[in-house]
Amino acid sequence: MQISGAQMVIEALIAEGVDTVFGYPGGAIMNVYDEIYKQDKFQHILTRHEQAAVHAAEGYSKASGKVGVAMITSGPGFTNAVTGLADAYMDSIPLVVISGQVPMSLIGTDAFQEIDAVGISRSCTKHNYLVTDAADLPRILKEAFYIAASGRPGPVHVDIPKDVTAQIAEFDYSKPVHLETYKPHTKGNPRQIKKAIEAIANAKRPLFYLGGGVINANAAYEVRDLVHKTGIPAVETFMARGTLSYDDDLLVGMLGMHGSYAANMAASETDLIISLGARFDDRVTGKLSEFAKNAGVVHVDIDPASISKLVHADYPIVGDVKNVVNEMLAMVDKIDAGKYESWRETIHNFNELHPLTYHEDSDRLKPQWVIERVGQLIGDDANISTDVGQHQMWTAQFYPFTRPRQFISSGGLGTMGFGFPAAMGVKAADKERVSVNFTGDGSILMNCQELMTAVEKKLPVINIILNNNFLGMVRQWQTLFYDKRHSETDLSVQPDFVKLAEAFGGIGYRVRTKEEFDAALKDAVEKNVVAFIEVIVERFENVLPMVPAGGSLFNMMLLEKKESK
Amino acid sequence: MNNENARRVISVVVVNEASVLSRVTDLFSGRGYNITSLTVAPIPDTEYSRLTIVTSGSVRVMEQITKQLNKLIPVLRVYEHEDMVEKEMAMVKFPITENLSDINALCEAYNGKIVNVGDNVVITMVADEPKRIDNYLNAIKRYNPKEIVRSGAVALER
Repeated sequence: MQISGAQMVIEALIAEGVDTVFGYPGGAIMNVYDEIYKQDKFQHILTRHEQAAVHAAEGYSKASGKVGVAMITSGPGFTNAVTGLADAYMDSIPLVVISGQVPMSLIGTDAFQEIDAVGISRSCTKHNYLVTDAADLPRILKEAFYIAASGRPGPVHVDIPKDVTAQIAEFDYSKPVHLETYKPHTKGNPRQIKKAIEAIANAKRPLFYLGGGVINANAAYEVRDLVHKTGIPAVETFMARGTLSYDDDLLVGMLGMHGSYAANMAASETDLIISLGARFDDRVTGKLSEFAKNAGVVHVDIDPASISKLVHADYPIVGDVKNVVNEMLAMVDKIDAGKYESWRETIHNFNELHPLTYHEDSDRLKPQWVIERVGQLIGDDANISTDVGQHQMWTAQFYPFTRPRQFISSGGLGTMGFGFPAAMGVKAADKERVSVNFTGDGSILMNCQELMTAVEKKLPVINIILNNNFLGMVRQWQTLFYDKRHSETDLSVQPDFVKLAEAFGGIGYRVRTKEEFDAALKDAVEKNVVAFIEVIVERFENVLPMVPAGGSLFNMMLLEKKESK
Repeated sequence: MNNENARRVISVVVVNEASVLSRVTDLFSGRGYNITSLTVAPIPDTEYSRLTIVTSGSVRVMEQITKQLNKLIPVLRVYEHEDMVEKEMAMVKFPITENLSDINALCEAYNGKIVNVGDNVVITMVADEPKRIDNYLNAIKRYNPKEIVRSGAVALER
């Protein structure tokens, strides 16, 4: 069929089963938006900033497991979207981001709203394309979706000049993708898997180290099975929260800079660390030479470049975590779960010694209480997004996650302003559950314009603003490492968050007590509208435990012991 | 091969398409690594090109770079050369007033000859191992070379 480039974009999105596109129109992408107007197969959600469009697509993708789609115009439209691309790249989120470009004849002339988009996105995408001929569009779009979702997932950027969207060419989407140079390894080497199983069976203190790859690979339930059948304790990275349910006896907790004492000690004392879809990030390992120092390493990852990147792998297995875990499950009878009883006991004692907790020793609410309380009141019925900072770490520590894809947060890039738009994307993907965004008084102001999108499109995100009048995480570092010189982190001057929400047609609450919080949350859930719940919390609360940057995991700053919780 | 900042030769077979060169070189520049030389040419009768990159760096970073190279969508193969035949070409322009028989004799010692004679200058060409090209360029200094160009190395694993 002979159609225009713009029509091809629409046809390709429909063929890929896309039901939601997040975007923002502009000059160079207008031909495509004209075709969006004429179709009714997918919804378009107009965000109020291009960065938010990409974050919303990320949230949508994380919650649904599908490829997220965002559409933007050239120049500033594209540069605004770059943070989202970089965020998705760092957290391996499959996206297809389509941008308009100035017409081919104007490329390189400093035309209005022209920027070398593929030049910029090259280093923050899995792959990118500049389309120079509409005849290539069907192949390129099909490849883009395939590349985004396969192997180690990631964002793919397709830049389409305006004249290409007007060109007429043949559209045939049935040809299978053929990429001679791109063939991801999904099946682990059986011999290596067998060796790994033998190593596990021989280990005295093995430890599962679960990363975000488990969730990307939809392997959480297989991993739960493996953990339970082997009786081997597991630690989760920030990105893997929800792989095991919070109340699982074998879940030691989150490890890393703000990991629990038990998790960090387990990682320090283990003699075999079994890494599934994790990448030994510096926020996880602390001082690398001290990380799991006496342990052998089994490293399962879809990305060969991640294996032995930072820590030498004794048993490297390149493959899809789900496939590899299934292979391991078939050999699980070689492992005697009873053997690790004393190791489990050791870890249990670590937890008894320094449980993850906080003190209610302030007139103001403690942020950790707020997070735990949401867990008690909504729990499994909520999808949880966060922004970046102290509230993000407290959420990872204290929210009772019960399932994979429940926790959506910017882990690798640490993008403030991620939470609200991502939570809109989550809501668009999962209408049934409550979409909660834990945020701070710093983060929420980056992308608070999305109140308008959420109100217009009826995406009732409940934003819980843990307000300590500080850029809390930077303030914490300044307190601890910069002799309390709180340089530019005091946010005493603030908008009225209640009025701000109301100005956009949302609903706002300001709460100072437990009773007020319960009432506000209940009301927001019942009214099912976009909400800001501003919670006035203790200003100087620190995220603990903490491994200072570059320190060893076993050297944690811990919460001082007190009798009362 | 284990010393830091040792010289390394990497060949990369890539799909012959726009932007592939930037994708490859970005992996070096993004880590602050310099490329000593780089040659690219299409491989006959295929849709591929072959790049030969000479660089230097630590084993660990080089391993990372080659893994990342393999990860690039349009990269078919990466060779980290260890046992290779390596050649480079150099052309030099001399004033015609210099001792041409000496120059010619030197060129012959390095697999070369005088390839062009003009009114005022002659141009020589030699092709040899990069290390020997260094020696040649040292030896011809006394003949007042006016302009020198090196091609960068190409290599094939034995």
